[in-house]
Amino acid sequence: MKSLEPLIFELSVPGRKGVHVPESDVPEYELPAFLQREHLPLPELSQVDVTRHFTRLSQLNLAVDVTMYPLGSCTMKYNPRVNEDAARLSGFAALHPLQPLETVQGAIYLMHELQQYLAEIAGMDAVSLQPAAGAQGEFTGILIMRAYHAARGDHRRTKMLIPDSAHGTNPASSAMAGLTVVELPSDRRGNVDLEALRAHLDETVCGLMITNPNTFGMFEEHIEEVCRLVHEVGGLVYGDGANMNALLGIAKPGEIGFDVIHYNLHKTFSTPHGGGGPGSGPVAVKQFLADFLPGPIVRAVETEDGDTLFEWYQPPRSIGRMRAFHGNFGVLVRAYTYIRLHGEEGLRKVSQHAVLNANYIQARLKHEYPAPHGESRFCMHETCLQGKIKGAPSVVALDISKRLMDYGFHPPTNYFPLPKLVPEALLIEPTETESKETLDRFCDAMLRIAEEARTQPELLKASPHHAPLKRLDEVRAAKELVLCCVLRDE
Amino acid sequence: MGSFIDSSARYLKTHEWARREGEEIVCGISDYAQQLMNELVYVELPRAGQHVKAGDAFAVVESVKAASDVYAPVSGVVVAINQALERNPEIINRSPYQEGWMARIKPDNPADFEALLTPEAYAALLEELEQQDTKEDH
Repeated sequence: MKSLEPLIFELSVPGRKGVHVPESDVPEYELPAFLQREHLPLPELSQVDVTRHFTRLSQLNLAVDVTMYPLGSCTMKYNPRVNEDAARLSGFAALHPLQPLETVQGAIYLMHELQQYLAEIAGMDAVSLQPAAGAQGEFTGILIMRAYHAARGDHRRTKMLIPDSAHGTNPASSAMAGLTVVELPSDRRGNVDLEALRAHLDETVCGLMITNPNTFGMFEEHIEEVCRLVHEVGGLVYGDGANMNALLGIAKPGEIGFDVIHYNLHKTFSTPHGGGGPGSGPVAVKQFLADFLPGPIVRAVETEDGDTLFEWYQPPRSIGRMRAFHGNFGVLVRAYTYIRLHGEEGLRKVSQHAVLNANYIQARLKHEYPAPHGESRFCMHETCLQGKIKGAPSVVALDISKRLMDYGFHPPTNYFPLPKLVPEALLIEPTETESKETLDRFCDAMLRIAEEARTQPELLKASPHHAPLKRLDEVRAAKELVLCCVLRDE
Repeated sequence: MGSFIDSSARYLKTHEWARREGEEIVCGISDYAQQLMNELVYVELPRAGQHVKAGDAFAVVESVKAASDVYAPVSGVVVAINQALERNPEIINRSPYQEGWMARIKPDNPADFEALLTPEAYAALLEELEQQDTKEDH
């Protein structure tokens, strides 16, 4: 494989420096010997070389700042720059997490406000901002459910029910919490199968984890019934908030019957998350679970002279800390900014436009790309199509995805939902930030690709043609886990 | 895409096959299942000696597309596993019903085997799935 850009280690020149550290104005302190090492092969470069290296790498990327990024269930919306302005204010950015409380009142006021906004949006009563990302939010929620049952002396509850359309993190989080996962099938309309649910309901059910709208992009039509059935046997209902972008200001999980949900602030409330983080996965619960939340959380107290101060608070039966300090604070600032920027009406419009955009794509494409559930139903914020083009039997979802890159679009999520549920799945989530012109360009490209699939399938099979790298060997990448570099050992 | 059905095997709705060999049941995933998954890159097998329950997830197959549970066709004790798959999972793609067998189970109740889908019933199931797809192809 030709190297487009050398590794930063290959650009390294011994002795070269990127910054000159100013002379120390505090006494020197000798590190203990066991913390010192002689050999530390870090790259040595000038500042300009570092800047150019990373700028060149970023230019090889298909990013949300470059093009539409319709990665289903990932909510790759535009991240407004004002979020960044807020997060870079030195009053936020230059704080130390161990600073005395009275010197950081502004920062924890923001956290307090955000806790309340998130409770309001979800129809819940209490929120912890601790979890660092969605999957940790799930794990937190499950620990809370487990702690609730244990606190009532109910130790029989070892089963977590999870629909087969769930994100893979749901069973993983449940297994990590020591629960047995029971997979529930979906029915033909894309809802959880009520009969299968009933068959598994008994006094060993810890709870049900469900994503609504689910990963078919469909609103669960029996969701209230589902919640009622689980509650009837003493189980709790967990809502995976991955798809909250469909519901803002329209439906409140807490009113539908959910007991616990997590948010993905980095998705729904727009913080950069394409490169693996940082995320933020706050957990919101009903009042009866508030005592189990991980702390510290922020509460307001009235002083004697009538002022309001904010302080840390550890709920009495807390499951403990989920993360050092106070969660990913920078993401909290961005999410708070985004919520304030939009306001109640604006957030509702976010979801309305996200749903409208997805349905526009579904309507324009479903005559070429089968929509297994969307044939008879509107979708929510994402549409689940199939990369099975009539008259092009050899072309698969992966070929279509790769060819889309030639048209300048990031591919949608492919092969999820799982192949056994939707063969050759293409899960498309445009988000609300794409204009009709962009949606049309995307749909035009998809329709042209369907035509190419029939007339010159080999063009798709060999794609991408215009990307920095051609078709990658995914099988080899999955099998040969040690890929490349051995650090220079001089 | 058309997939092969071994007429000497019985099947599960979840696309596993099982074949009686003496007092034991040999099992694996069907040709349809391996086609859906595409080239496999990882297989997790049960332990020999382990007791499995019919319908329980007792193995995992993984491709670049997805990971998928494999369900036990009958209850019983795993007497042997196909260790060659751990190094070369793509054997399942090449030969799902022969070289790609996954486990050999001594059933608790040999009659359980009779409850599995016949090749004809499994063929009908695949046809139904295929029809769903064509209908959606409109």
